[in-house]
Amino acid sequence: MKTILKVSGVKRCFGEKTVLENVTLEVGRGEIFGLLGPSGAGKTTLIKIMTGQLAPTEGIAEVFGNSFAAQKQPFFAAAEGIAEASLKPETAGRGNFQKKIGIMMENCGLYERLSCYDNLKFYAKLQGIPGGKIEEILKKVGLSNAKKTAAANLSKGMRGRLLLARALLAEPELLFLDEPTSGLDPATAAEIHELIQEEQKKGTTIFLTTHNMAEAEKLCHHVALLHEGRIVEYGNPQEICRKHYHQKRLFLHLAGGEDVVLSHDKSSAEKLLVYLKEGKIETIHSAEPNLEHVFMELTGRGLEE
Amino acid sequence: MIRHIGAILWKQGKETFKNKEILVQFVMFPALTVIMENAMEIKGLPEHFFANLFAVMYLGMAPLVSMAAVLAEEKEKNTLRVLLMSDVKAMEYFFGAGIYLFGICMLGAGVIGLAGGYRGSELAIFLAVMAVGNLISILAGAAIGTYSRTQMMATGLTVPVMLVFSFLPMLAMFNERIAKAAKYIYTGRMSLLLNSMGNGQELAEGLWVAGLNLLAAVVLFVIVYRRKGLE
Repeated sequence: MKTILKVSGVKRCFGEKTVLENVTLEVGRGEIFGLLGPSGAGKTTLIKIMTGQLAPTEGIAEVFGNSFAAQKQPFFAAAEGIAEASLKPETAGRGNFQKKIGIMMENCGLYERLSCYDNLKFYAKLQGIPGGKIEEILKKVGLSNAKKTAAANLSKGMRGRLLLARALLAEPELLFLDEPTSGLDPATAAEIHELIQEEQKKGTTIFLTTHNMAEAEKLCHHVALLHEGRIVEYGNPQEICRKHYHQKRLFLHLAGGEDVVLSHDKSSAEKLLVYLKEGKIETIHSAEPNLEHVFMELTGRGLEE
Repeated sequence: MIRHIGAILWKQGKETFKNKEILVQFVMFPALTVIMENAMEIKGLPEHFFANLFAVMYLGMAPLVSMAAVLAEEKEKNTLRVLLMSDVKAMEYFFGAGIYLFGICMLGAGVIGLAGGYRGSELAIFLAVMAVGNLISILAGAAIGTYSRTQMMATGLTVPVMLVFSFLPMLAMFNERIAKAAKYIYTGRMSLLLNSMGNGQELAEGLWVAGLNLLAAVVLFVIVYRRKGLE
């Protein structure tokens, strides 16, 4: 799988405070990569660095061959954000890079007085996208019926869909989704998940941040667990869970209401066989840890905290 | 570049007519001029009195307040960040928003001029004076909007500046000292220019003062832009 996003030794400080420390990761073309961590772990800061909104204090982020590194700003760079200065012009044009990425971040505002349709039309005009695409995208995210509704009157779920629609408008090769389902009801979150998977199947690479471990396990091919600015675990979600599968226990609920815990040894196997033969077992669960357990084991705190 | 500016012009047009706070800035003084010029008949008042009075108030208020408000709102709501991420250059944004607001303000100036009875070459001079004043006000508004992080901050800065620029010419009618100071502020000088239309000496001095005010506005804007950027 070709690597299209590479972060090497990235550190980011805000004054005295270090928000990211030695962050290194790679994302391959066509995969869904999840950055997991509780609020304040540095997830949004890392997205900002990778999308050129913020320059790293140390290290380098490379996206489609464009390098974002710590660099002194030239005179007018402030007006374009720090990253314009750090985007090396010899690698590719800024416009070319921007066309390849789509960003959905909660703090990237909408024009509140404009309708859903007009919000998208504005970005379509900016990027030279034909108007017909707007209806298509609105239908895809389920906002066709709300196309004339002003953004100010949208529910949180609908705002999320509109932000996603805007990110998808230019059919980007790489989609950054910052907490795409945060605060949404389960049904709306499931619909967003479907859309994400649909995009991935079309070949779009997706980098998402979340503190919802079930979301990450369901969607992501690879994840990185971020804690206080450092990556504490990295890899395939299932492999990470297996790696931290220390408990090796089976939980049995027997007919009659008794709960039994068995370990992975010979005597437990014999007991299990007896229960099976007697038909006493009502439910049986193994105790593989999920990402939430792994995170708690590694950091001593939960993802929702 | 043209596509970006065109899109910003389109967006600004859509937004302005749904933004009552901004819309009232454009409508208030032209409407007042139409009403006063048609409803009041006071003997002894100089020609075009109400038109000149409201025109100067208009150019000290509408372009300044609207440019600062539009910019500050874009910053506060993070829509400007999205524009910059969509490959819109800061200058393209300033041109798009500025050209639109300039156009609307000139439309208002046209209404004031026509309602005040200006016709032909007088109307052309009136509009030229208004164009220079609007340009200076838009630049000052852009500096305030660029400096401000929020709309509230922009309002806090705009109100005193706007009051000084708008009311200085009127206060100058009542106080000689204020009149002396007002000669060096563009709104004060625009008021003198409009009240002595066709006076070559006044025109030459007016051009100098307007030029210096324009230069000051450009320098202020560049300094603020350099320090604060559009983030």
